[in-house]
Amino acid sequence: MPVSTSPQGTPIWRLRTTRSQWLGYLGWLAGACLFLLCWKVISDNTMWVFVEDAGRQGGDLISRMLPPQWAYAHRLWKPMWDTLNIATLGTLLGIAMAFPVAFLAARNTTPHPLVRSAALVIIVASRSINSLIWAMLLVTILGPGVLAGIIAIALRSIGFIGKLLYEAIEEIHPTPVEAISATGAGRMQVMSYGVLPQVMPAFAGISVYRWDINIRESTVLGLVGAGGIGLQLNAAINSLAWNQVSVIFVMIFVTVLASEWISARVRHAII
Amino acid sequence: MTRQAEAREGQWRRLPMIENPRLRWGLVVGLAVYLVLALASVEVNWARVAEGASRGLNFIAAFAQPDFVSRRGDIIDGILESLTMTVTSTVIGVALSIPVGLGAARNIAPWPIYYLCRGIITVSRTFQEIIIAILFVVMFGFGPLAGMITLAFATIGFMAKLLAEDIEDLDWRQVEAVRATGASWWQTMNHAVQPQVMPRLIGLSMYRLDINFRESAVIGIVGAGGIGATLNTSISRYEYDTSAAILLIIIAIVLLCEYSSSHIRRWTQ
Repeated sequence: MPVSTSPQGTPIWRLRTTRSQWLGYLGWLAGACLFLLCWKVISDNTMWVFVEDAGRQGGDLISRMLPPQWAYAHRLWKPMWDTLNIATLGTLLGIAMAFPVAFLAARNTTPHPLVRSAALVIIVASRSINSLIWAMLLVTILGPGVLAGIIAIALRSIGFIGKLLYEAIEEIHPTPVEAISATGAGRMQVMSYGVLPQVMPAFAGISVYRWDINIRESTVLGLVGAGGIGLQLNAAINSLAWNQVSVIFVMIFVTVLASEWISARVRHAII
Repeated sequence: MTRQAEAREGQWRRLPMIENPRLRWGLVVGLAVYLVLALASVEVNWARVAEGASRGLNFIAAFAQPDFVSRRGDIIDGILESLTMTVTSTVIGVALSIPVGLGAARNIAPWPIYYLCRGIITVSRTFQEIIIAILFVVMFGFGPLAGMITLAFATIGFMAKLLAEDIEDLDWRQVEAVRATGASWWQTMNHAVQPQVMPRLIGLSMYRLDINFRESAVIGIVGAGGIGATLNTSISRYEYDTSAAILLIIIAIVLLCEYSSSHIRRWTQ
């Protein structure tokens, strides 16, 4: 019972024992020290002269961005179409690759524990590396263009879809699976009639969710040369045409909000 | 013939996923048309792809023997900078996301504050970290400070949205009970709201720490500090063995983060 005794000898209830309270303080102290240490490293690597006029720079930036050069927008439809294609085709390709990986990674459907760990390694590697890094690699391998973007998005999606899907597969009810196997169904038939119908709604929801994220990510892939509206963004920034940059920002903002709305509607309809 | 009659003759078919046949076939046709249009508009320079194929093989081979040594100094500096950016930006971002999250919860915030906070969240969530990093690099100059502010800003959108949803879902009876004792607004927050959302807040902060590290590896591309600059240089110089080493380090740290954060989450709940 975490109590201390008052000088008069009456027990006083407290939330924590003295020991755990001190440990808590010590934890906070260690956290604060870590934060201050990290802050010192950052501040040593910062040119504070530049930071001092940040407000002026920011104001300058905004004044250059406004008013947006709306006439520029008509040159953005093709890049925007490319961006949507990168996201959608990338998601489809990612789904196609993530689907078998998820079945190999789920504890109840994997053929062998070794296969399972290999599938988990694929999922972790794909999840840890941002799509922009994948795009950087693929641009040097495949050359700049939409194809590199599509594959980068697909490679990044494997981990995300694979992880959520294999967790969904592990949570299915075993009874339908047992019922189907009791009829003498083969391995693939059990998968198709016992497992698949149970995970299909989750799978569709995950895919749409990932598509929504991919739209967001594909808007910046062009910064490293992988096609889409990011290319125009990069060009506009490099030529310091900030009033074109603001048009691109508005386009990205509207597209992302629209895709988020669609994905929320679809997920709502499925679940 | 009905499905039952067909089933009796051994012609059973499972139910389609989408019941309305018009919607089903409409979706299939729409998808097919879209695929044709989209694939037709993808231009691929196959000669360039064939040329790069050997480089792809080189890259895969580099994973078999990553080179940690020859750029050791750059890698260590980059990783340390990434880690410090991660820690500071998570702490600052979480601290700032708490007021924004409170303001974005419909059940405790008045309308004007609600819309303001929702606006902040939407802007921060819509734009990728790297776009925000470009703007902050222009404002604050090259270096980790711009990266830290970028990540903190992105953290605000992420954390505040989830925190606001959590507050909107909280058990309102406890709030009423505390209010009935005559508690002020601060006391209500501290004794009724905070204990209910704290475990999830800690879990989310851990998750965000992990995301911030992954993102810090990217924003270096536009000059906002961290390992990204080193990685970018090594890739554009075709030093794939160094890139492979950096990627392996990133994967290892992310794994470590995930493993420890799942432990911490289990411990707080």
